Amino acid sequence: MGSINGTSETKLMKGNEALAEAALRAGMQAYFGYPITPQSEILEYLIIHGPKRGSVVLQAESEVAAINMVYGAAGAGARVMISSSSPGISLMQEGISYIAAAELPCVIVNVQRGGPGLGTIQPAQADYFQAVKGGGHGDYRLIVLAPNSVQEMADFMFDGFRLTEQYRIPVMILSDGALGQMMEKVTLAPDGSLPLTQKPWATTGKPASRERNFITSLHIEPEMMEEVNLHLQRKYKELQKEVRYELHHTDDADIVLVAFGLSARICEKVMDLAREKGIRAGIVRPITLYPFPSDILREIAEHAGAFLTVEMNAGQMVEDVRLAVNGKKPVFFKGRMGGMIPTPEEVLAELESIVEHQLLHA
Amino acid sequence: MENSTNGLEVVYEKVPTLTDTLMHYCPGCSHGVVHRVIMEVIHEMGITEQTIGVAPVGCSVFAYNYMNIDMQEAAHGRATAAATGVKRVHPDKFVFTYQGDGDLAAIGTGETIHTVNRGENILMVFVNNGVYGMTGGQMAPTTLAGMKTTTSPFGRDVATMGSPLRITELIANLPGALYVTRQSVHSTAAVRKLKKAIQLSFEYQKLNQGTCFIEVVSNCPSGWKMTPVESNQWLVENMFPVYPPGDIKVPKPPAVNN
Repeated sequence: MGSINGTSETKLMKGNEALAEAALRAGMQAYFGYPITPQSEILEYLIIHGPKRGSVVLQAESEVAAINMVYGAAGAGARVMISSSSPGISLMQEGISYIAAAELPCVIVNVQRGGPGLGTIQPAQADYFQAVKGGGHGDYRLIVLAPNSVQEMADFMFDGFRLTEQYRIPVMILSDGALGQMMEKVTLAPDGSLPLTQKPWATTGKPASRERNFITSLHIEPEMMEEVNLHLQRKYKELQKEVRYELHHTDDADIVLVAFGLSARICEKVMDLAREKGIRAGIVRPITLYPFPSDILREIAEHAGAFLTVEMNAGQMVEDVRLAVNGKKPVFFKGRMGGMIPTPEEVLAELESIVEHQLLHA
Repeated sequence: MENSTNGLEVVYEKVPTLTDTLMHYCPGCSHGVVHRVIMEVIHEMGITEQTIGVAPVGCSVFAYNYMNIDMQEAAHGRATAAATGVKRVHPDKFVFTYQGDGDLAAIGTGETIHTVNRGENILMVFVNNGVYGMTGGQMAPTTLAGMKTTTSPFGRDVATMGSPLRITELIANLPGALYVTRQSVHSTAAVRKLKKAIQLSFEYQKLNQGTCFIEVVSNCPSGWKMTPVESNQWLVENMFPVYPPGDIKVPKPPAVNN
């Protein structure tokens, strides 16, 4: 590995560039992409730095072609990554379904923007359902990681490759345009800190010593196709041990904010402002959106008075929060859409209103 | 031949690059022959360990059941994108795609053009029988003018449905195309010619100079609703005038090792 990257390094970097640099340090061997705002810096960074550090970097003719290049390269055993933003991720959904069905490891990065349709290039979290519930056709899931800082944009590349190769389930890093564009201090792990793994199932050319390998998602007999589905479902169950979340002051909280990614950072400010006013607020930040941290929400529902889910969408994760809380306590929602970012003040106002009308007079 | 049994000389046998699995193709279909010829070349060239195939959705989607080499099944239209992924991470390996007319010339037209335009060092085998066989005989981009299919029941009307797409001529114009030829398997002589073209393509692939593209004008007795013999006769009389066999682009100057 290159000597200049042989140690960890602390730098001021843009989220997209930190993620791209981390991908190289995490041993990425191939990247396929197509330009789209607000994530084009990833391809631009990698086309400069990737090839000289041993990675294939290719600008495809479309997101559709790019995700199928990922299929081919991942099936041939390479450590592969792809990135795009919301409309581009929509175009990839068929390919992602094939990749999930064929159990190919890869990391897919979605630097979300506001939609639906062509939408806006401003940040949003409106692809939660698409990322967490499947997105493409058939019963499949992705491991979904939600960074809330430039540091996590970088760190989750390592976690992403590790998880996807361990479980052979594609990983999605669900970021947004603000995290992609903002500059923050980031400490990058050294090159080679994530060793390559053996992939005896990959199509690398059949030696006489083994049977042929083939990558497919076609199982025409329904009995066989159901077996494949049961196998996938068992793996998704196994993922429960990979649940990750972050808690802030939930022990004594009367009201608990639930938010991921950028919204969770806004909620930290909201919590501080609320506590200054004597309102005991806490935060649950799901880091893995799938598997979802349902158990901790269920536990907190035993003692907290209410939940307020904050998202940059019309209310998507709030459905999973309600499923977890299962009617034990009220779950409220505050969201902004279409690329608008909620201010701490407006979330605080919502929180105060809930405390005033729901908790004090309950 | 070295092998002999009971004093009889073995003059032909199934190559180990083909599995023992019974093929699902209809009686008289070209696919079985094209599969066999490709696998014979791979075996004879001794490149089994270095070869990876990609077969997408279409009648040949189960190719990996018959070809005893490492294979990937790809989404409809995306074979050459998947093959690009394979080849880019294994530039020293031989990579080929095996595609039908719907895959290569309709839903995958963008991938076809851009793969060849990048000059990916792969072999694309394009089996053109002018009809969608797998889904039951619908119109293909290569369906002939006036030809009846289940979705052109009164014959392909070029005014509303477009003309048969001669994509092979189209991609031959791209600088990334190294070797472009049109072959068939309707006669033993034609099969031998196809085999030569496949051999040549794998030799060219070692040179890293661009894409090799072989169209195989094929029959579809089921889709055309003819006997195998009738379909081969019909192919000569009707397909060849639109899709004439022969080389369309050969390497200039001749691609040779130096």
